[in-house]
Amino acid sequence: MLDTEVKLIYERPHGFTDVTTHYCPGCTHGVAHRLIAEVLEEMGELDNTIGVAPVGCSVFAYNYFDFDFVEAAHGRAPAMATGIKRTLPNKTVFTYQGDGDLASMGMGEIVAAAARGEQITVFFINNTNYGMTGGQMAPTTLPGQKTSSSPLGRDVETQGYPIRTAELISSLDGASYVVRRSLHDARNIRNAKKAIRTAFEVQKRGLGFSFIELLSTCPTNWGLTPVKAREWLKEYMIPQYPIADFKVSSAIEEMVKGG
Amino acid sequence: MQSEVIISGFGGQGTLYAGQVYAYAAMDEGKHVTWIPSYGPEMRGGTANCTVVISDEEIGSPGALHPRAVIALNLPSLDKYEPLVAPGGFLIVNESMVNHEPTRTDIHWLMIPANKIAQELGNERAANMILLGALEGNMKALPEDALERALVVHTAERLRKFVDLNIEALHRGAEYKVD
Amino acid sequence: MALELIKGNVAVAETALRVGLVSYFGYPITPQTELLEHLSARMPELGRAFVQAESELGAINMVYGAACTGFRTMTSSSSPGVSLMQEGLSYISGTELPAVIVNVVRGGPGLGNIAPSQADYTQMVHGGGHGEYHLIVLAPSSVQEAVDLTALAFDLAEKYRMVVCILMDGYLGQMMEPVELPPFAPLRSEAPDWAVGAKHPEGERVVLTSININPPMQEIFNVKMMSRWQQIEKDEVRYKGYYLDDAEYVVVGFGTAGRIALSSVRAARAKGIKVGLLRPITVSPFPVEALDNLVSGKKGFLVVEMNNGQMLDDVSAIVAKRVPIHFYGRMGGMVPYPDEIDAAIDEMIHSDHDVNRDARGVWLAKMRELVGTGA
Repeated sequence: MLDTEVKLIYERPHGFTDVTTHYCPGCTHGVAHRLIAEVLEEMGELDNTIGVAPVGCSVFAYNYFDFDFVEAAHGRAPAMATGIKRTLPNKTVFTYQGDGDLASMGMGEIVAAAARGEQITVFFINNTNYGMTGGQMAPTTLPGQKTSSSPLGRDVETQGYPIRTAELISSLDGASYVVRRSLHDARNIRNAKKAIRTAFEVQKRGLGFSFIELLSTCPTNWGLTPVKAREWLKEYMIPQYPIADFKVSSAIEEMVKGG
Repeated sequence: MQSEVIISGFGGQGTLYAGQVYAYAAMDEGKHVTWIPSYGPEMRGGTANCTVVISDEEIGSPGALHPRAVIALNLPSLDKYEPLVAPGGFLIVNESMVNHEPTRTDIHWLMIPANKIAQELGNERAANMILLGALEGNMKALPEDALERALVVHTAERLRKFVDLNIEALHRGAEYKVD
Repeated sequence: MALELIKGNVAVAETALRVGLVSYFGYPITPQTELLEHLSARMPELGRAFVQAESELGAINMVYGAACTGFRTMTSSSSPGVSLMQEGLSYISGTELPAVIVNVVRGGPGLGNIAPSQADYTQMVHGGGHGEYHLIVLAPSSVQEAVDLTALAFDLAEKYRMVVCILMDGYLGQMMEPVELPPFAPLRSEAPDWAVGAKHPEGERVVLTSININPPMQEIFNVKMMSRWQQIEKDEVRYKGYYLDDAEYVVVGFGTAGRIALSSVRAARAKGIKVGLLRPITVSPFPVEALDNLVSGKKGFLVVEMNNGQMLDDVSAIVAKRVPIHFYGRMGGMVPYPDEIDAAIDEMIHSDHDVNRDARGVWLAKMRELVGTGA
């Protein structure tokens, strides 16, 4: 008989339901979900959190997170989160939105919520296309990028330029914590988790509006393998969407320093 | 018994306020009352007006095409409403702001130099109360002194210093009697 | 009884606050702005939530979020703003949440004007958003009734977990009348167990959504909603009748048009004409039975509205050509004087007894004569 010690090194976060997600193989939605669930669990906030799901690929996010959730109309998640947070200020409230939801349909709601300094946390999944409806052009689609509604590649002359959402939100005085992270490799994923922790701490301590843009892959609609998709993200998205802290209020800087 | 009153003039002449004083007085006397400001298409043409309806029973229409009484604080109001006053009704005209008398013979009308009297009282803005006092003094929709009591009870704190002036204005107006 | 003389808009706002409004979200638009302004001062004073939203879209979705918490919430707007809110009303209805919306209707279509109108009857009563759902629509005709129906609206919204609309118009919003406001009610301390953030039984969580991705499930849900509506049609109809006992003719009008018609009905009675008034207070559910019971033995119905005959269609369906129907309406922000309705009553009693008459057609021909077509 072997003398073995069973050591648990990986398990499903307690913030997850026991359900297999509908996300495509290699899609980073699963990673983003996991990081959020892990952080909330580590903070002991699972029973105190209300999530707001968007319309888009993550429309069924509430099936995977095992805490209270609501489902917003397309683009309106920040408004819905405002209604919840203003009524229940002691709850941790977050929205989880894609680029069509947040940067196109819901630009009014996100800008207004940030400007008001709503005490909510927003996760913005940027994968440069509309995943759910089959890979159409999004506000975040790169110049020249082919999508099912820009088959010749995005022509900036007629289809405009991509929106650097985190930079835009960071220009608002009401926003306290605005950063961009990426989910294309282990190091970046670890950094993303740290930022998620910071964002929820910001909310917990009433330090203002927090916003994390997460660069994500969409292998199916990009027509790439999961591995190639990660390389593509690194090669093409990061030059357009630099990984950086765009806004960290002095109170948050102090909080981070203090640990 | 129901009395419909339109108080009409330029913005700033206190037409809406005069109507509210009337409405408060009616309320305090247990009457049904509505007050509605000039609103919508009626706002065109440079007049600001309100309609007050005072009644012993549930009020139907808060507006009236042919009111029982009109207070005209300026010329456009006189010209607009003189033809509309119900026969037997009252038309109280601010003589200071018009250039002619009413011509109808089937209504009671009064010409009162309200701005001039108000100046004598020390504040030209009291012209509206002089005309209101004149109307109620003749039409008597409410018990005596009801307007005066309403001013005492309902005048907002920041305007309380005008209560005595306004009561005096009501009295001066009530001295005018229709034939 | 302490009476106060206040505007309809303010009366509704103050009543909502007194019956336990926890959050308000809105966007300024004439002629409902005093409602928002009143709450912008009073809600923070009482430590409750007030947000002037970025748009009516923002406002109704804040209401959607707040409704998910199970605490009393409302918004208010006027016609163009309510059009923008229709998306949210469909979602809130599809999620079975209680919420109150006040529509102070103004003249339209389009930007229209700020004058009083009843042109949103169809929008509120027969749905304005997508999918199949109903709102309870309460139509006050006086400031006191607006107060009473505001209190009722919150109770009904919670009882049935649905959206209740208070359908006013600019006239009611701007008008002052003496009212008795309700006393302050304590705020509910605990949310209902279906709400997010509430205490749930062990191991359970709450997901609130309007998604039913499987059509069979959506159909089951819709059957449930329709069954609830059927119950509401039985239990929640409200109306007021005037001089109906011996009436040979009946005027039907809601809200401001209904009270203006009351003046005409009294004037006709004074002339010995046996005419009564049916004033629906719930225009949704519509007082179908009350109207149906009035048909027998009547010589004519006159529908009076501040629109092109939106309720006329509902009345016509119930009267079903058993009695001739007449119509008088003003549109685009015009308010009828009683004199106009006097004339319409006069015309009704002197007309042929033709149950097939085209009420809207006759009226429109008259309107072309009265105001022209702009051609």
